[in-house]
Amino acid sequence: MSVTKIDTAEKPQFYLTEEHHPEGSTNLGFWLYIMSDCLIFAILFATYAVVGRNYAAGPSPADLFELPLVAVNTAMLLFSSITYGFAMLQMERGGKAETLFWLAVTAVFGAIFIGLELYEFVNLIHEGAGPQRSAFLSAFFTLVGTHGLHVTFGIVWLLTLMTQVAKHGLVPANKRRLMCLSMFWHFLDVVWIGVFSFVYLMGVVG
Amino acid sequence: MFSDPDIQKMIFGRLTLDAIPYHEPILVATFAAVAVGGLAVVALITYLKFWGPLWHNWVTSIDHKKIGIMYIILAIVMLLRGFADAIMMRLQQAIAFNGNEGYLPPFHYDQVFTAHGVIMIFFVAMPFVTGFMNFVVPLQIGARDVSFPFLNNFSFWMTTAGAIIVMLSLFVGEFARTGWLAYPPLSGAAYSPGVGVDYYIWGLQIAGVGTTLSGINLIATIVKMRAPGMTFMKMPIFTWTALCTNILIVASFPILTATLVLMTLDRYIGTNFFTNDLGGNPMMYVNLIWIWGHPEVYILILPAFGIFSEIVATFSSKRLFGYASMVYATCVIMVLSYVVWLHHFFTMGSGASVNAFFGITTMIISIPTGAKLFNWLFTIYRGRVRYDVPMLWTIGFMVTFTIGGMTGVMLAVPPADFVLHNSLFLIAHFHNVIIGGVLFGMLAGVNYWFPKAFGFKLDEFWGKMSFWFWLIGFYFAFMPLYVLGLMGVTRRVSQFEDPSLQIWFVIAAFGAVLIAIGIACFLIQLVVSFRRREELKDETGDPWNGRTLEWSTSSPPPQYNFAFTPIVYDHDGWYDMKERGYVRPLEGYIPIHMPKNTGMGAILAFFALICGFALIWYIWWLAAVTFVIMIGLGIWHTFNYDRDFHIPAEEVTAVENERTELLAKQV
Repeated sequence: MSVTKIDTAEKPQFYLTEEHHPEGSTNLGFWLYIMSDCLIFAILFATYAVVGRNYAAGPSPADLFELPLVAVNTAMLLFSSITYGFAMLQMERGGKAETLFWLAVTAVFGAIFIGLELYEFVNLIHEGAGPQRSAFLSAFFTLVGTHGLHVTFGIVWLLTLMTQVAKHGLVPANKRRLMCLSMFWHFLDVVWIGVFSFVYLMGVVG
Repeated sequence: MFSDPDIQKMIFGRLTLDAIPYHEPILVATFAAVAVGGLAVVALITYLKFWGPLWHNWVTSIDHKKIGIMYIILAIVMLLRGFADAIMMRLQQAIAFNGNEGYLPPFHYDQVFTAHGVIMIFFVAMPFVTGFMNFVVPLQIGARDVSFPFLNNFSFWMTTAGAIIVMLSLFVGEFARTGWLAYPPLSGAAYSPGVGVDYYIWGLQIAGVGTTLSGINLIATIVKMRAPGMTFMKMPIFTWTALCTNILIVASFPILTATLVLMTLDRYIGTNFFTNDLGGNPMMYVNLIWIWGHPEVYILILPAFGIFSEIVATFSSKRLFGYASMVYATCVIMVLSYVVWLHHFFTMGSGASVNAFFGITTMIISIPTGAKLFNWLFTIYRGRVRYDVPMLWTIGFMVTFTIGGMTGVMLAVPPADFVLHNSLFLIAHFHNVIIGGVLFGMLAGVNYWFPKAFGFKLDEFWGKMSFWFWLIGFYFAFMPLYVLGLMGVTRRVSQFEDPSLQIWFVIAAFGAVLIAIGIACFLIQLVVSFRRREELKDETGDPWNGRTLEWSTSSPPPQYNFAFTPIVYDHDGWYDMKERGYVRPLEGYIPIHMPKNTGMGAILAFFALICGFALIWYIWWLAAVTFVIMIGLGIWHTFNYDRDFHIPAEEVTAVENERTELLAKQV
């Protein structure tokens, strides 16, 4: 560290005469929130890693997972990320109607994703492979379910923002909010890639 | 009440009249005392017509100073509850010998030690620490408020809602009987079917939301809102420790949240994470909870280190010795706190290599901590030391904490730990560092920053009485536990067979009584100081000849903290300003941009409280309704775009002119 020499004779300006405008904190704050959420997923992944092979004489991933269904599901979520990206591009350009359109498309993809996931869950429970069956299934339902809850929450948030954009237009506050949701949405995408590889692919192939 | 048990179950879940412990005389008496006290407070507020001001100036306030003060009030109230538990345990253990069962049956005793631990860590130490960070950090970095003022208010009320849930368990139902970390399988549905563990879970989850959000808020504040010129290496040392603590909070509380969610699922829907059968793994819980739990103890101690650093420099009238090494030591402790968790269960049987790794990392932590102690010693060395109350606490801390640190290094040796694990030696060790470190730090901080918060100093005589009773009481209460621990006495035992042990427990109980007198002296100190507030008044804003920016503004500071944002050239910013003849500006005031108050934080926390209560008692409809209301209110709140206002320049001028007059009187 450099040592600052202070000259006692010198009398610098000790205060600002204008209002101080610190850089906005929202971006940093939201990143911190996402990292804290990421830790929750980290714990769920770690839990899955520890007990994910404890089948308790019950079904294993190879018995349960249908990769084609999961592939479609994954595609839905990836598409929704792209369309959210289109929405952000339109937002930058200032096109309110186009932004709203792409946000709506994103919400539809998100809803399809949730629908397919629920369909999968219902089928599993129907087959007697519910979360109570074994530690593996507890960890599976919790990890995938937590992701699903996040996406559901993201859709509610998306609809709220669409209402607000429709009402107030692309004002700075709304742009900031869309930016935050964008980060959140892409974050869920990244987590899903982890889930898809680690839980589904490695479960069936590995 | 209802003839059809199904309908009653649908409406009230498992809540019945039997849940009210009216057959327990201790609880009935406590309830009577709380009810009378509560009614007296309500009557007093009504009599003073304080409801309006309470709502407008405090409950809905987004002013970081007021939120900080409310956190500390919460901590002091909960300290009384946690200490009541402590003295009950000391009394029980002092008399339960020779076939005497004492006055607390095991069922009750187990709840008492669990509640004591949970309350002292989550609802005393945490609010104390968060309160100081809230109050002090924005002032020290020359900011007007925190980054997200509404979130700050919400965090506080969530913490309070968690505390209320834990307190409710005293009069409605029961609390956990599992110890403060609620290890499974004991805490699982099979062995703890009652509501105790559920109170524990939801109390911590609701408070945990507040803690995590407040951590995010304070990191953003410290990183983004510093006054111009204040680079990282020019931040006051308390702000540094606050930064590291909040990083620890954000990087560890989500782990607690996730772990408790897994336990909740085990209890509520019958998953098998931590069960004994169907592939569950109880040791996974112990690992996870300590991956949060060990950073947690540093979350508590680092800000205390920061407070002591500020006090040592101020009261030795010297620059802090080794500022840079202090910063590095803090950061090293922050990182190392993540790689020691396994030392809490060397006896798990991970094998010699794993235990050796964690034993060594644990011992390494004592190096930066030792560096800090030497820095404080060298700051005092050849300083012009003033033995005011904050400085007394600091010196008491340096002696006491060193002893606690050394017994900690003893416990870090795995073979020794196999003997001492879960013994009273461990209990003595962590009380030695938490009381001697955290609590002394908090009380030092109260005495140090009180004049800044309220505009008058605390009474010196009662402060010294409180200090000496606490210090001596501490040694009487905990040194016997070291002895007992070495003799092999384990923790969480309510009755003893061997009469030769009794004398040590009696000495410990005597120590607890001394501490009770110390707490009483502290409360008397508050009352006496309030009555003598005119004599003790601090009109300068700088009663201790302080060194950091919070002392440059008035006591108490105006709503906007600083009329003009300071420019900083040194980590002792205010000392530097005084040295170089800073002249306070008397004109040219500008309107100041401030956030508006909002009641939404308290309202959301209220519904979170109801929702938590409903979940504890399986009142599903109520849980669903309150959850939907919370989401709805949260969304509704985001439709409010009008969240700030400007304090007009005339108002700033009026406030500042008042201060100018006060300062002119000083000369």
